Amino acid sequence: MIPEPVLRIEHLAKTFTLHTQGGVRLPVFTEISFTVSPGECVVLTGPSGSGKSTLLRSLYANYLPDAGRVSVRHRDSWVDMVSAEPRQVLAVRRETMGYVSQFLRVIPRVPTLDIVAEPLLAQGVAQDAATVRAKELLARLALPERLWSVPPATFSGGEQQRVNIARSFARSYPVLLLDEPTASLDATNRETVVSLIAEAREAGAAIVAICHDAPVRNAIATRLFDVTEFRAAA
Amino acid sequence: MTDPILAAEGVTKLYSSGRVGCRDVSFSLYQGEVLGIVGESGSGKTTLLNCLSAKLEPTAGTIRFATRTRGLTDIFGLSEPERRLLMRTDWGIVHQNPRDGLRMNISGGGNVGERLMAVGARHYGNIRAEALDWLSRVEIADNRVDDKPQSFSGGMQQRLQIARILVSKPRLVFMDEPTGGLDVSVQARLLDLLRGLVRSLGLAAVVVTHDLAVVRLLADRLMVMKDGEVVESGLTDQVLDDPHHPYTQLLVSAVLQV
Repeated sequence: MIPEPVLRIEHLAKTFTLHTQGGVRLPVFTEISFTVSPGECVVLTGPSGSGKSTLLRSLYANYLPDAGRVSVRHRDSWVDMVSAEPRQVLAVRRETMGYVSQFLRVIPRVPTLDIVAEPLLAQGVAQDAATVRAKELLARLALPERLWSVPPATFSGGEQQRVNIARSFARSYPVLLLDEPTASLDATNRETVVSLIAEAREAGAAIVAICHDAPVRNAIATRLFDVTEFRAAA
Repeated sequence: MTDPILAAEGVTKLYSSGRVGCRDVSFSLYQGEVLGIVGESGSGKTTLLNCLSAKLEPTAGTIRFATRTRGLTDIFGLSEPERRLLMRTDWGIVHQNPRDGLRMNISGGGNVGERLMAVGARHYGNIRAEALDWLSRVEIADNRVDDKPQSFSGGMQQRLQIARILVSKPRLVFMDEPTGGLDVSVQARLLDLLRGLVRSLGLAAVVVTHDLAVVRLLADRLMVMKDGEVVESGLTDQVLDDPHHPYTQLLVSAVLQV
């Protein structure tokens, strides 16, 4: 039996209007509706430019849809990410909804280990326990121990991405959005990320992901959702 | 949720020539929230900040602040001594030019200690210890405490100003171009410091700037101003990554990508 959904997307539509380009309108999608329950991993499919990232960003309120609702189960109530006040959206992002992108937004001067432990500390986990968990994740992702005390600004792209993944999986979110989490990783690290995703899902996370790599997609998806079916007419 | 700490309704400032400073600005700011106000020179953001911080009385509209004893209170309904007390205690104003916020002829430590004495501290040892603590939090070395701010670099002066303001534990901080006039590496360090302090102290803050990188790092939410009016507002990353108003789109697209 599938548990009650914790994420409900209803009649979502998004069109970009580019005022600096003479008001060109770029319709992306319309009338998207689906739900995600704990333990499900919905992978968005469709070619480049079909609106997968736009949809994922709309779920996180990074983009503002023109119509529809994105209801998230937050604490004991529902929050609509489309119409919520900024501070409500930030509370949902802090406690309920995590977003893993390919890119680490580097915080200057903060050592890698602290970057990874920070979400745990923010959640109220004790310093010692947070450090242990952070070390465990960095070790699993094969980041050399000599780099742990260094800020990641000078790391390679792949190293930064692994720091980002360690940070994102340090604590568990009830809803997890993944934007190409395995892009540019080698085979071993890709396997590690696949198992991290599987563990999060088995622990009850509701996941929506974008993933071009077919083997990874097959390994993590419980369901596919084709965005091209909802393309809006220009 | 609880009451806001600052509530502005229909704030309008018209200058005697009929020129619009700002028009019909409304928002509520909550404890721990940082509001960024962006717009080009002349868009009315400094006028608005001056109204909010009680330096300039608006032509119309109300500005209410949650005082410790009376809850939300119209700041222009307070008596002058009450308003001055508020400025010394619950509010802090970070000026763009640190010389406007510092006393240049007394020592760095004295600048911080003076704010404490203004709220009643009298024990020299305690004042000095607290001043030293704050100077180290803004990364000013112990051996510079007795030097006058004239001998400090621009970045150090700005950090000293911040220590002077935060030592009295304000609940609301106004910042006017806090990184203006500093070179880029000093800016990054100051921003990083401000970000850490704002988060760890749970301050509410209003930051006025024309630098979008500053608001991306510091502000939870954003108001974009043009010709005295707010043309777009919302969550910071949403306004910057998915701007809707033509002016915001122009502003965002005008930033050089580095």
